[in-house]
Amino acid sequence: MVEQKRLIDDRGLRVDGRKPNELRPIKLEVGVLGNADGSAYIEQGRTKILVAVYGPKEVHPRHLGLPDKAVLRCRYHMAPFSVERRKSPAPSRREIELSKVIREALEPAVFLEYYPRTSIDVFIEVLEANGGTRCAGITAASLALADAGIPMRDLVAACAAGKVDGVLVLDLNDDEDKYGEADLPLAMMVNLNVITLIQMDGMLTQEEFKTVLNMAMEGCKRIYEMQKQALKAKYLAIKEEVEV
Amino acid sequence: MSFSPAISRVRKTRISQLISKGKRLDGRELIEYREIKIERGVIGTAEGSAKVNIGKTEVTVGIKIGIEDPFPDTPEEGVLKVNAELVPLASPTFEPGPPDENAIELARVVDRGFRESKAIDLKKLCLVPGKHVLAVYVDIYVLNYDGNLIDASALAALSALLDTKVPKYSVKNGEIVRGEGWESLPITNHPIAITFAKLEDKLVVDPSLAEEEVMDARLTITVDDVGRICAMQKGGGGFLTIEQLLQAVEVARMKANELRKIVLGGG
Repeated sequence: MVEQKRLIDDRGLRVDGRKPNELRPIKLEVGVLGNADGSAYIEQGRTKILVAVYGPKEVHPRHLGLPDKAVLRCRYHMAPFSVERRKSPAPSRREIELSKVIREALEPAVFLEYYPRTSIDVFIEVLEANGGTRCAGITAASLALADAGIPMRDLVAACAAGKVDGVLVLDLNDDEDKYGEADLPLAMMVNLNVITLIQMDGMLTQEEFKTVLNMAMEGCKRIYEMQKQALKAKYLAIKEEVEV
Repeated sequence: MSFSPAISRVRKTRISQLISKGKRLDGRELIEYREIKIERGVIGTAEGSAKVNIGKTEVTVGIKIGIEDPFPDTPEEGVLKVNAELVPLASPTFEPGPPDENAIELARVVDRGFRESKAIDLKKLCLVPGKHVLAVYVDIYVLNYDGNLIDASALAALSALLDTKVPKYSVKNGEIVRGEGWESLPITNHPIAITFAKLEDKLVVDPSLAEEEVMDARLTITVDDVGRICAMQKGGGGFLTIEQLLQAVEVARMKANELRKIVLGGG
């Protein structure tokens, strides 16, 4: 039998010392790759993800193009070295599902109708995985889309909340996700106050669900502010360079 | 949804007009399912099987039992594997080939419902800890696609699992010996998936194919025996408001009870 880890200590703190409603430290950077039209990097705790956006550009293969809007394509992929035991680089079923739900989380935000017969490709590469990679991936992907200059209705911010050792917590790390009781990843267009991704696994009563949902929404709001800062920071840096 | 064929604008407008008046193309209420039929034991070669019709949507699930090595992190638990095949005979939009993202999502959403609600007591499927455990293979076969594959597949899978007879095995000197007779699977919870489509800012349950073609977003909520939520999945390229989400949870809890009665009564 695998020894059940204690996820909440006697002081009510979590395995990494956080309080229940505390986010992991987040670092966001925009415009980090040379070739991509837009790019972003996120560190959320020990999770590290790079995102590149290419497009709008001609669709390959051509028959996939749509006459009235751009196709948004999304690949979520984990590096073989991003987890404890080497992961095969071939896309797993999990990665295929996540690519789909992430695409559907970003789609509502992008004005695809501005670019018929083109594609916008989003590549999410998880370099180090320590829980919450789909949410961190979405947070960074929407920054990369904005960095590519693609018109958007709003930024998409994502954050999970869940339940571990009976305590409702924000922004689960890997251990909490694996051994916890429930995980609810959420993505929102915060300014429009709508949900673009929701998934859940675990077991929650209706009341717990409402509380966890509110925590995740609060997390999205905090991350949304950091996203705006990160976008501004890129242009502030350019401005300083010009003025010096 | 990406595997839906194109729909004419006239039909699209008609569906939207009706929905804004609280009506649906096939005359149903917004939270009414199409007729559900469940038949168990339809495949002789499978250890368990069931065919489910929701309206014209038809899904057959076959259960096979095998012996496998356990996963390293759960050495004393049996293995549950869910796979879905969107076979080309079920719809003009299904292509031959390995499961695409839709088939994978379908299988994983159904899988999550069973896994998270601990519907099968996997600990009881252990033969030799760390070495040999029973594997339950749930194969979802879509035979006719007319919308709402997730609910039909989850119902068929649950019915098939309830129908399953596992050969009795015993362990002698580390060897696995096939014993006499059969026993039921240790089923301890009955998760029910309820799927909504968002049409014109309204939520409808059990979307038909025509409604799926028009919908902005899809939401599936899986509810267990005592009304707890054990899985959730949003699909489609639209968004949901918070009010819609909370309303969907209420409706799903109510509808899950109705559907569960059909499954358990249909034995």
